[in-house]
Amino acid sequence: MTDLKKTPLHALHVSLGAKMVPFAGYEMPVQYPPGVMKEHLHTRAKAGLFDVSHMGQVIIKGASYAAVATGLERLIPVDILGLAEGRQRYGFFTNADGGIADDLMLANRGDHVFMVVNAACKAADIAHLKAALEPELTVTEITDRALLALQGPAAESVLATLDPRAAKMRFMDVATLELDGVWAWVSRSGYTGEDGYEISIPAKDAPRIAQVLLDHPAVAPIGLGARDSLRLEAGLCLYGHDIDARTSPVEGALTWAIQKVRRPGGARAGGYPGADRIAAEMANGAARKRVGLMPQGRAPMREGVVLFADAEATDPIGMITSGGFGPTVGKPVAMGYVAAAHATVGTQIFGELRGKRQALTVAPMPFTPANFKR
Amino acid sequence: MKYTEEHEWLRAEGDVYVVGITEHATTQLGDLVFVELPEVGATVSKDDEIVVIESVKAASDIMAPVDGEITEVNTALADDPSLANSDALGAGWFFKIKPSDPSQMDDLMDEAAYTAMIG
Repeated sequence: MTDLKKTPLHALHVSLGAKMVPFAGYEMPVQYPPGVMKEHLHTRAKAGLFDVSHMGQVIIKGASYAAVATGLERLIPVDILGLAEGRQRYGFFTNADGGIADDLMLANRGDHVFMVVNAACKAADIAHLKAALEPELTVTEITDRALLALQGPAAESVLATLDPRAAKMRFMDVATLELDGVWAWVSRSGYTGEDGYEISIPAKDAPRIAQVLLDHPAVAPIGLGARDSLRLEAGLCLYGHDIDARTSPVEGALTWAIQKVRRPGGARAGGYPGADRIAAEMANGAARKRVGLMPQGRAPMREGVVLFADAEATDPIGMITSGGFGPTVGKPVAMGYVAAAHATVGTQIFGELRGKRQALTVAPMPFTPANFKR
Repeated sequence: MKYTEEHEWLRAEGDVYVVGITEHATTQLGDLVFVELPEVGATVSKDDEIVVIESVKAASDIMAPVDGEITEVNTALADDPSLANSDALGAGWFFKIKPSDPSQMDDLMDEAAYTAMIG
């Protein structure tokens, strides 16, 4: 794994006994000695610490926040201009076909936007931003900061021991906190369905701050394996699997992320790549839709399982894009795309698993209740 | 006790062998969440994929270690796959097989050879 990049916490992961695997060009911890199941349950019960330093951290600056927001709204179909200072929002880059080029988080940090993008897409995202926005705006990849996520019901009490202002933040607030003498860019958000924080800190301080957090008895290190099962139970998309360059936000059941002001009839409707297709799908519905799926049996159904309307049908109606066992649900859970006629919650469909048709029920997501501090 | 390169163990019990997977295997696989066992009475051939096991992470197959007939399966394991993690060599057994060609048993590893293989 010599050509893989390492995060600032690499040595810490190894010292904690992590199993390291290649992921998006980085050598990352997939699990620690307790394993995926215990790590998952620990995060839901107490707090988990995740290294997400492989993700892209980007700052976009300009003459004013409004100038930055106006530029970004040409690439991202969400309300960025109306995002209040100190607030974060989910969004995505669309492509000319109305597909999703990447999904992301962006924050109004006063005079600039701070954005976090997926590791596998970050080079393309930054090139896209620079090509579209420079020289009026400046796009800077932040390469000297680590990114940690502290997730779970104990996250607030743990982080508040370092800076009591952590407890005052609401879901999707961003703030600069002082953690053991280090200025951290913190958002109250995450990818687990739990309350928690995402914490950007200087790379040189990251191992020490991570250790300070891990020294708290409620906190355990959590690998990518549990990160995936947690986000699946939370109904959150994994880019490249549940959404990609061919899926539109409407197909992906992400229309909620496109605020009214950016929809047809809104003051700043359209004006982003693929707006025509997305507007048409918002008006008329998409031919297929991402839905939650609960296998009725005990066998997990994973990515790639082909879906059918009934046990005998020969024409597929869709496919599973993420699936596995949900440790908190205690049963298999999945998400995938189905033809619109089969997308209603409660509909029974079938997946072909090892040559046999197995029943699934279209189910609401998240599979576990979200525990955000609104 | 005999072992296969696929990390199965076989323990003689009269003229049948009890088959499970080793602690090394369950540690590598992680927590098991699903086990699909063969039919009792099925005639199987060595290397047939006769058991499906799923951990939180992934699905894998367990192959018949020898030719023979499945005489019993561990329904308790199907109800609680974590038995394979908590008691791999005992309550976590998978199936019992009656070999049709006992000479195939000579191809399996003893404990020393298996221990050497997993290093």
